[in-house]
Amino acid sequence: MDSHKALHFKTFVMILIMIIAGPLGNVLLGKGMQSIDTTSISSTSDLLHVVGRVFASGAIWLGVASLLTFFVANLLVLSWADYSFVQPAASMAYGVVALLSICVLGETVSLLRWVGIAIICTGVFIVGRTHPRTTEQR
Amino acid sequence: MIVVAGTGGELCVSRAMKETGEVKDFRPAAVVRVLLRALRIKWMWLGVGLMTLAFFSLLAVLSFEKVSFVVPVTALSYVAGALGGRFLLGERISRSRWIGIMLVCVGVTLVFLGKG
Repeated sequence: MDSHKALHFKTFVMILIMIIAGPLGNVLLGKGMQSIDTTSISSTSDLLHVVGRVFASGAIWLGVASLLTFFVANLLVLSWADYSFVQPAASMAYGVVALLSICVLGETVSLLRWVGIAIICTGVFIVGRTHPRTTEQR
Repeated sequence: MIVVAGTGGELCVSRAMKETGEVKDFRPAAVVRVLLRALRIKWMWLGVGLMTLAFFSLLAVLSFEKVSFVVPVTALSYVAGALGGRFLLGERISRSRWIGIMLVCVGVTLVFLGKG
């Protein structure tokens, strides 16, 4: 029973990392790219200038780091958990995206979207009650 | 096709990770070793290839379709994921898990429709 709990716990932690790091990375990258003017590239030196600004952007580095964290967590959790468990569980990210849109980007979220997120949460809750791993250990 | 390639890719990656074995050590050095081991597995390359194909296909389609096209693609990918998990990875999907996945499917559809 101890290993059962340990499995649930590390699955939970990995998915939590995924649903936070994924949306956060996307928002940071988005913000970083927004602050760089890419509309007036008309020569190679302009392009190099833009590339330079991309590398100098803290938001972009943080965004990339965040997305890498998401990918690594995703790979690690799949080494033991069912894909059919992780994939729906990771859709909780849509809820995080909505929260970030409001807090970081100052957007409004429609009622329909909130209803969708509520349904996703219900679905994830139900999936979450099943055992994360239904295959044999190698 | 996008759903099959995209979800298929993820399923292959999942298969590759299962072959590297359950990760129990989360110290950075151990994690790096696991990732390097994963890169040596054929399934990983197949998976990455399929996901890349799906990504570019989606970009291409979005250049002439509305963004709402993403809705059925994303929703279907959850069903494809479950089916793939069952048939390609040998996972056992109970009725309640199916119900949960269907709810996620519906919820995701509403989220995308709500954005428009």
